[in-house]
Amino acid sequence: MNAPTPLTALAWTVNGRTVAMPADGRRRLADVLRDDLGLTGTKIGCNAGDCGACTVLLDGRQVCACLTPVGRVADREVTTIEGFADQPDLARLQRAFHVHLATQCGICTPGMIVAAADLLRRNPNPDEAAILDALGGVLCRCTGYRNIITAVQACVAEVTMPAAPAAGHALGSRAAKVDGAAKVTGAERFGADGIPADALWLRVVRSPHARARFTLGDLDAMQARFPGLVRILTAADVPSNGYGIYPDVKDQPVLADGQVRHRGEAVVALVGPRAVVEAIPDDAVPIRYDIETPVIGLDAAMRDGAPLVQAAKPGNFLVQGRVHRGDPAGAFANCAAIAEGTFTTRYVEHAYIEPEAGWARRVGDRVEIHVTTQTPYMDRDEVAIVMRMAPDQIRIVPTACGGGFGGKLDLSVQPLIALAAWLTDQPVACVYTRPESMMATTKRHPARIRARFGADSSGRLQAVDVDALFDTGAYASWGPTVANRVPVHATGPYAVPHVTTRGRAFLTNEPVAGAFRGFGVPQGAIAHEALMDDLAAQLAIDRLEIRRRNALRVGDTTATGQRLDASCGLVACLDALEPHWHTALAAAERFNETSTRTRRGVGIGCMWYGIGNTALSNPSTMRIGIAADGTVTFYNGCADIGQGTTTTMLQVVADGAGLPMDTIRSVVADTDLTLDAGKSSASRQAFVSGKAAELAGRALREHILERVGAVEPATITIDGARLVVTDPAGEHLFDLAALIPNERGDVLEGIGRFDPPTTPLDADGQGVPYATYAFAAQMAEVEVDLDLGTTRVTRIVAAHDVGRSLNPQQVEGQIHGGIAQGLGLALMEEYRTGRTENLHDYLIPTIGDIPPIETILIEDREPLGPGGAKGVGEPALIPTPPAILGAIRHATGVRMDEVPVLPHRLRGRLRVE
Amino acid sequence: MTTAAPAYERATSLALALDRLGAGGVTIIAGGTDYYPSRVGRPTDAALLDIADLPELRGITSEIDHWRIGAAATWADLLDAPLPAAFDGLRQAAREVGGLQIQNAGTIGGNLCNASPAADGIPALLALDATVELRSSAATTTIPLSSFILGPRRTRRTPDQLVTAVLVPHARHAVTSRFVKLGARRYLVISIVMASACLEVNDAGKITAARVAVGACSPVARRLPTLEQRLVGTRFGSGLGGLVAHDHLAPLSPIDDVRASRAYRIDAARTVVARLLDDLPTPR
Repeated sequence: MNAPTPLTALAWTVNGRTVAMPADGRRRLADVLRDDLGLTGTKIGCNAGDCGACTVLLDGRQVCACLTPVGRVADREVTTIEGFADQPDLARLQRAFHVHLATQCGICTPGMIVAAADLLRRNPNPDEAAILDALGGVLCRCTGYRNIITAVQACVAEVTMPAAPAAGHALGSRAAKVDGAAKVTGAERFGADGIPADALWLRVVRSPHARARFTLGDLDAMQARFPGLVRILTAADVPSNGYGIYPDVKDQPVLADGQVRHRGEAVVALVGPRAVVEAIPDDAVPIRYDIETPVIGLDAAMRDGAPLVQAAKPGNFLVQGRVHRGDPAGAFANCAAIAEGTFTTRYVEHAYIEPEAGWARRVGDRVEIHVTTQTPYMDRDEVAIVMRMAPDQIRIVPTACGGGFGGKLDLSVQPLIALAAWLTDQPVACVYTRPESMMATTKRHPARIRARFGADSSGRLQAVDVDALFDTGAYASWGPTVANRVPVHATGPYAVPHVTTRGRAFLTNEPVAGAFRGFGVPQGAIAHEALMDDLAAQLAIDRLEIRRRNALRVGDTTATGQRLDASCGLVACLDALEPHWHTALAAAERFNETSTRTRRGVGIGCMWYGIGNTALSNPSTMRIGIAADGTVTFYNGCADIGQGTTTTMLQVVADGAGLPMDTIRSVVADTDLTLDAGKSSASRQAFVSGKAAELAGRALREHILERVGAVEPATITIDGARLVVTDPAGEHLFDLAALIPNERGDVLEGIGRFDPPTTPLDADGQGVPYATYAFAAQMAEVEVDLDLGTTRVTRIVAAHDVGRSLNPQQVEGQIHGGIAQGLGLALMEEYRTGRTENLHDYLIPTIGDIPPIETILIEDREPLGPGGAKGVGEPALIPTPPAILGAIRHATGVRMDEVPVLPHRLRGRLRVE
Repeated sequence: MTTAAPAYERATSLALALDRLGAGGVTIIAGGTDYYPSRVGRPTDAALLDIADLPELRGITSEIDHWRIGAAATWADLLDAPLPAAFDGLRQAAREVGGLQIQNAGTIGGNLCNASPAADGIPALLALDATVELRSSAATTTIPLSSFILGPRRTRRTPDQLVTAVLVPHARHAVTSRFVKLGARRYLVISIVMASACLEVNDAGKITAARVAVGACSPVARRLPTLEQRLVGTRFGSGLGGLVAHDHLAPLSPIDDVRASRAYRIDAARTVVARLLDDLPTPR
């Protein structure tokens, strides 16, 4: 935090309150609001006017607080999100965002609501075009924007919150997001929002080079030159300087040790008061780099004699996964149609609007870390390894997470602030800048996928051969996960008797490729869906129909030899899509009869996705307890990254216990208080943690019934310390205060644990890698400008088999958000090292880029899941790029084998053909 | 005898601002939409002279033979002002500058002084045949916009000068004007190509003056003189786009960058300019 600054005589008004002007008028208004006035509802996503998260009203007009010198607001009126609650029209707008789930992670929500307020005060009944124009300056990475538009439109009438569902009716209901009020009022605390005023600041000095050896000069002399600088941390200070996702691969240093392997790698960390460390320029740090030629791209990495990225990895080869079944070579020889191609994808950045942030403090012989994360328990264990401590010496207290999408599964600030807090015995904070977040953290794996699909004359797939290469960057991270998951999914959601698939990851001196919504499966889906379209064309079969003929059904066996016993809803998804498909095809045909500049097209994409870790144990454990005073507490270990597990897990546990969800308080993901519910990744929380929550609820209920000697059907009522159970025999009373409380103060509790049944894969990739699979089919309509090569997506219809919707509103929200990210992947997102380290050169979709979306939920229940649920987080994204690419091809005749389809790429192909 | 400039000063009169500028050591800030993004993760340690609220720089007024747009007029001011048809292109450009947050803060003068090759306002102002007014304590001068910007981030403004206004001559005949921006997403996008045109048309329907400018395809946005010559004397109507020939684009020298290839920019520029002309509204 900045030291308190002297004030001037000038004053300004914020939310109706007169406040004095800080002496230094050039400070950003956003910093003054947050750091001096504690108004942390105004978020900082970029400090460059690119994201709009800091939008406030200045004399009633929206501006970016990060671009406004505070001196300019003298004698003027600033309104932040905190000023909305006492103004009825603005409070209604906040409620509308809550009711219509226009907020997921919530980091963009204050800025979005403020921008909408600016609009509604000028135009109380805006049409969609006016809403897009007014909100076009605020980026959202979660919602896909459509619910935001709906929420703003809803403000023409009064908006009321729906009642909470009754006992036994929570699961499957559209229960309002329980943390929604905090998101829409700005009260929610994200990684950078709760930093103690006395915290030291940690700033990382990063390599500007992709590959170099380096030596450090005289750091004592440097420290002497900068009074106030408390410590300069180097590799030598890190007790165990290696971390990584896999227990046997700890290849990534916290601070580089004499060698950097990618641009943006951490070299030293400066610790001191914020103003001190921020004022020290990078070139004041004595680092002497010996620059080496970096290994860039798959070809460079795989070349004979290529320089090694890591000395211990010959040939820069990290890992391989494969699946082999039947006799693919023989089967191809008998195919009536064969399609093939090589497909290329690029680095993609998560671009969550909240950069990595957190703070740590030492508490005796323990370290407590408050951080934005998707994986509190893995953070705890990883930091313990780095610190050479026992896991129970580390406490992770997740803050609200302003978007993750896989990017907050790896460590970022955690080991640095833990180490600094331990050594200095003072609280230490670190907040990444936007460029730092983009250059230093993981990305989606660039892929080159060669694929060959063969079918018989009726279009039934006979053989599939896929070889997928992934550029995994400088360190392993989740590279092995991608290399293992993709071969299993490379056939697409189709029954194929003869299969050979392989996934290989190679190290390069590029950014670390890690987890990103889908773990390589979206890249693979681009290949398999393009080839399905090819086969359809060769055999003159409708594109939807060929997919239906091949769709995995109950009783089919997958390429890994797994027999699917239940919950295969792809055929149902395709059937639901079919009327939309034929209508859209006819409409496109009609349009193209007269259009000259543009042509319309319709495409379809299908996917399947194994829920949870690939052929590895990934259990979740949940707990619910009742205190002596009747307070019911749900200890929910899921990190809610915006996807809504704080709500959905509560719905599940409430119905398991048979209690109304609004009578249960939640403790969310604190490693000291909750049990390990694993990572918020692999679309596993609804299925795995949901099942654990269901079992925990049921266990509590069984304990209660046992205690009072009641039997089902029973009703449980808690009235303070008095527990009343009504069963066919009548009322049973029980005094909770008579029991001895445990260390949490609970007198009764239920614990549930679930680990989805899987088996390891053998050398041919045979086994049961996942207990269940989600399925989906999406349809995209596009309009392509033939002369400019631009593509506008005009409509998406998404049919998803989710097993059972724990909360249909949340499921729809996930689908919308996945589609937006899929659209970005298909059309605009390409991370280039050193060139796109900001949110104006790296493009993610804006509110004007997302078309109307229709969602169709198919509920083919999964017997293992809670209430039949599977998962939807990643499945939402995977079918979108192939559906868009198929639509572009339908419109233009060009199969684009490279994404993103930037205008110059498509125009280049159109000119050739 | 000068004392160090204060960390931040909100200029209250033009004379004072020019004095400060003459004394040196200050950085001018108007909208702040370029200054702060250049300081991400770095301290804002320059002495700032904030001219955003200088009354002399805010107005948009019609003078005897020209329109005067104060240099600190924001894009939103431009959209709120009752301007004639000639400004349609500039107003369309104003709607494409960032989001409303940026349009409410960013200024016309700042757009010129920042001198980005992709500055949204410059093609439209070139099509308006705009002149830049600069003042120092000593003198007031005017420079045609086409010679004011020297290259990326370089202008003919000297350190003691402030851009005070942009001057646009009144049209003699009915005018039609338009702006088109091509980018890879709908909002908040840096142009791949942009173009603006302004044609004057006499009572007989003949084009008497034509100005067409293209941005993001050369270090500085450029007019297309041979195309303009081709248009003058032609009857206004549909099919003007068909007159655009590859040779007309000779002043452009685009580069390959993250947004598009060089070859694409030339190809797209021709399409954009042709459509710009085809879709011009009726002169008024």
